[in-house]
Amino acid sequence: MPTHEQAAPGLLDHTLQLRWSLPVLAVLAALPVLAALAGDTFYVGLATRILIFALAATSLNLILGFGGLVSFGHAAFVGVGAYTVAILMQAGLVSAWVAWPAAMLASAGMALLIGLISLRTQGVYFIMITLAFAQMLYYLVISLKAYGGDDGLSLASRSSLGLGLDLGQDVHFYFVTLALLVAVLVLMVRLLNARFGHVLQAIRENEVRMTALGFAVFRYKLVAFTVAGALAGLAGALLANQGSFVSPALMQWSQSGMLMIMVILGGVGHLYGGVLGAIVFLLLEEFLSHYTIHWQLGLGAVLLGVVLMAPNGLTSLARRRTVQ
Amino acid sequence: MNPVVLNVQGLVKRFGGLTATDHASLAVSQGEIHALIGPNGAGKTTLIHQISGALRPDAGHVVFNGADMGGLPMHERALQGLVRSYQITSVFKRLSVLDNLALAVQAVDGSSMRFWHAARTESVRFAAAAAVAQRVGLGARLSRLAGALSHGEQRQLEVGLALATRPKLLLLDEPMAGMGPDESERMVSLLISLRGEVSMLLVEHDMDAVFRLADTISVLVFGKVIASGNAQHIKDNAEVRRAYLGDELDASAPAQEAA
Repeated sequence: MPTHEQAAPGLLDHTLQLRWSLPVLAVLAALPVLAALAGDTFYVGLATRILIFALAATSLNLILGFGGLVSFGHAAFVGVGAYTVAILMQAGLVSAWVAWPAAMLASAGMALLIGLISLRTQGVYFIMITLAFAQMLYYLVISLKAYGGDDGLSLASRSSLGLGLDLGQDVHFYFVTLALLVAVLVLMVRLLNARFGHVLQAIRENEVRMTALGFAVFRYKLVAFTVAGALAGLAGALLANQGSFVSPALMQWSQSGMLMIMVILGGVGHLYGGVLGAIVFLLLEEFLSHYTIHWQLGLGAVLLGVVLMAPNGLTSLARRRTVQ
Repeated sequence: MNPVVLNVQGLVKRFGGLTATDHASLAVSQGEIHALIGPNGAGKTTLIHQISGALRPDAGHVVFNGADMGGLPMHERALQGLVRSYQITSVFKRLSVLDNLALAVQAVDGSSMRFWHAARTESVRFAAAAAVAQRVGLGARLSRLAGALSHGEQRQLEVGLALATRPKLLLLDEPMAGMGPDESERMVSLLISLRGEVSMLLVEHDMDAVFRLADTISVLVFGKVIASGNAQHIKDNAEVRRAYLGDELDASAPAQEAA
């Protein structure tokens, strides 16, 4: 009896691709040392910011890329996570072990609520309703004078983690962020290769047929939406810590748009799409803005080029080369 | 007479001023192949939509296995064994034949809220999927992407997907749509091989196939079931001849209705 495992990995099969992801990880792990040798620790901060956005974009990719749910309000969940940490800190709660899970829980809860309503719609309506909910939260936060309103809210310090780590030190914070991103990517690959991931991707492929086969598609989409919200909340918690500051700008629609651009740039429905997109986007922003305040023009040109030449994102270029 | 597995009673569906289903009633017995025929626009697919739960009727009942389906959504009807296939092929084009069928098996095989265990290692499920592929004549196509199959093979997969959920009643909406003679022949043999194992309500235009397959035939005209019975009964029914079959039955060869 032949084995029924497929000969070639298909659309449902995802791997961490350790052959090149481990070397990249090694470089990332060595980055603080390299930066110290170069005498420029600024890059540790930039790298941390990139990793956080990589996490946020990855969480969006879970629903956008693998679930086919074009959510235009993802920054709201990042913002809810960030504000949760800031508000808890204002109340004197500094432990990361409490604040960060609380941020994930708050964002997950918000995603569950928003998903319960918005996932009943399809296509353009879904895009608009997620945008609408995110804008509602944005204006809600602006109106919360007790938490800074429009001016935002400063954190007295970064969260405390224990374990001999001082998150106040940029290098420590960088490594914690890196570890969390790796953990999230491992979680993602397991989830995508598990039954749930297969169902989620099959819903993206043909939702009507999945219903006809007996799958309660709404339930699966809602779970994915909630998980994505929780992971975005974690990114938000990290973002609040990094800048020791939160403001409504975190939740603005342009932030949701930026996360979408990152995913599209990197690769919709590719495990590393969000990561690659965040890296390219933020590095372009960083270096182009040295030369001109009109850096978005250059970014637009790059985006145009990617969409025209690699419609499935930058990760598809690598994939195409391995196929040839 | 075998017990009735599906009882459709007085179904009504209106779209604005158009009554697409007009107090339609029919009964499918356990193990039988029940063909639903009728001219284009008679409302056959609309009726299938209502039985499967994709459309909600304005009045009437769909009783399956003794239970009124009421407002039960499509996926829950499917889990109870009332499973449909589509007139316009609706498979997972970018997935392999095996993955297509494995998903269908998964639908009725335990919870899919599993987030960690690699689904690819469920060899029993993939073996069951391969067995269904064998059954519908796609045993040699397991790793082929569904979108790369020929039209006829996609129709086989279409039926295979429904079959893989181990249905009690298959709602087959024109399984032979767009097929050549050879492909149709293969589909007919497949459906004959399923006789007795699973009850079927079959919408089909190919009258040759209908007369070969069906134990019972119901004729739908303008949303109404105007006659129900075995092939001879239908052929002899004056109303049916007038309304639908007309000259076709008089012709020596069982002609196919113009599409």
